[in-house]
Amino acid sequence: MSVDLSAVAAEPGAAKPDPLLVVDGVSRSFGGLTAVHVEHLEIQRGTITSLIGPNGAGKSTLFNVLSGFDKADSGTWTFDGRPATGRAAHRMARRGLVRTFQLTKTLSKMTVLDNMKLAATGQRGEQVLPALLPPLWRRQEKEITGRADELLERFRLAHMRDEYAGTLSGGQRKLLEMARALMVRPTMIMLDEPMAGVNPALTQSLLGHITDLRDEGMTVCFVEHDMDVVMGISDWVVCLAEGRIVAEGPPSSVAKNPAVIDAYLGKQHDDPEARGDDEPAE
Amino acid sequence: MDWEVILSDAVRSGIGPVAAAYALAAIGLNIHFGYTGLLNFGQVAFMLVGAYGVAVSVSTFGLSLWVGVLIGLACSVVLALLLGLPTLRLRAEYLAISTIAAGEILRLFYRSSWAEPVTGGVFGLQQFADEFYDINPVPRDRYGFWLIKYSSQDLWALLIAWGLVLLITVLVALLVHSPWGRVLRSIREDEDAARSLGKSVYSYKMQSLVLGGAIGSVGGMILAIDTQSVNPDSYDPVVTFFLYTLLVLGGAGRVLGPIVGAILFWMILTFFDSALRQAIGAGVIPQDVISAPEVGAVRLALVGLGLMLLMIFRPQGILGSRREMMLDVR
Repeated sequence: MSVDLSAVAAEPGAAKPDPLLVVDGVSRSFGGLTAVHVEHLEIQRGTITSLIGPNGAGKSTLFNVLSGFDKADSGTWTFDGRPATGRAAHRMARRGLVRTFQLTKTLSKMTVLDNMKLAATGQRGEQVLPALLPPLWRRQEKEITGRADELLERFRLAHMRDEYAGTLSGGQRKLLEMARALMVRPTMIMLDEPMAGVNPALTQSLLGHITDLRDEGMTVCFVEHDMDVVMGISDWVVCLAEGRIVAEGPPSSVAKNPAVIDAYLGKQHDDPEARGDDEPAE
Repeated sequence: MDWEVILSDAVRSGIGPVAAAYALAAIGLNIHFGYTGLLNFGQVAFMLVGAYGVAVSVSTFGLSLWVGVLIGLACSVVLALLLGLPTLRLRAEYLAISTIAAGEILRLFYRSSWAEPVTGGVFGLQQFADEFYDINPVPRDRYGFWLIKYSSQDLWALLIAWGLVLLITVLVALLVHSPWGRVLRSIREDEDAARSLGKSVYSYKMQSLVLGGAIGSVGGMILAIDTQSVNPDSYDPVVTFFLYTLLVLGGAGRVLGPIVGAILFWMILTFFDSALRQAIGAGVIPQDVISAPEVGAVRLALVGLGLMLLMIFRPQGILGSRREMMLDVR
């Protein structure tokens, strides 16, 4: 573990020594339903923070809001010390906050390599006039291709380099999406359920990749509803339920936290009287 | 039936100026639909503003033809911005609806009696391209091969039309094979993915719409200059659907797709037209089965049948890749 969080209080809204992302009073509702209402949240730089919670807890909505894919109704947040409230998704990506999606968004009719090269930022050839003059961007293109090949090698996709991304298996798509996100050279990577629908062997390899990212100094935040998966690799766990943060702390403390158990199993799990009330009338 | 006449008619039409104009408009549409995934159902509107930009500038305001060309291009840019600004942030359907409406509105507006002093209303405008034919370097003579003959004027228009097709195709090929083109294709595949990787999707969609629209307007100008006339009713919505037809026929998202598509589309259409007329004339098809005035409709029905067969047996078009096409099925 690169950053010591033992001094941080394990309570919702705890302040971190060096937060990369600071969220204040963000709320988002859909009609009458308040999907997210986060009073205060800090995500420590250089750690793996996982956002857990049962289905419908608002994890993905919070992700969408922070990454610019959805608009918050109220609240502010800063990224890397600069205000980031309501910034468009592509601006957040350029500032170093890159996300992946729960349902992978590989670009099917483009090759794996093109998927990778697309993600490099600051490409001169992406402007319409320089695009007409290949000598202006050929060197940069070469550098990008080299970087893409290195990442493909690392994620064991090199043999698929020139295939259409649409021919990849589900697991390979997850890997490609993660590798592609790294082409942006992010400071923070947000993974939306990276382990969903992936076989156990690949889950282990994905977890390995996620740990590597942290060890290289990147900040990782990921959403997961399966608690077992996150316990092993997370430095810090934040639990959401009904849009609110109900618990925060190192994995071991969160696993034992009654609020988390309530969130996952329902409030009545150890309350025989309450359970009795719940019984359907015959 | 004289097969030589039928075949020469088909070839003449396939390499004719109208095919070149359609190829240009389809190149523009290919940028929209084939590369960016924008559903523009009003490409004919861009052709119309291009054609009228030239015609009105010369006939009504007495400007030079070349100024007219610039005005036509400017009109297409303005039209693209007007269509794109409110709709490109929304889902794809909104652009589709706006463009199909804009095409009809513009046609009805240009043909209205209110606009008649400027646009010539239902009568259109004629004889505005003399400047173009004045600089014709082709010596006066008859040119051609086989049964296909051209005057020097025809040949000049033909050379410029296909020359423009070639030039613009080269530019488009450079663009779509550049990182810029890569961003367009990523938007076609999944715009949220492009956004998550730091691409300003809105700005690229706008660039695509403007560029494809401007190329479409050049197609309209060729059509107008070739015949020295514009008439609002030649720009009805069916033109856009012909463009989609030939784009799919040639292969959408392929640099040469629109050219191959335009040539084949006009060859096939004229082939059926000429063959049916010959067959009726020779009594092979009795008058009471298909009469001569019905040929125009029947040939379109046959083209429709051909398209259905194409969709069944080669859905990716002539130049498309079946492997790429089948990726959607997974």
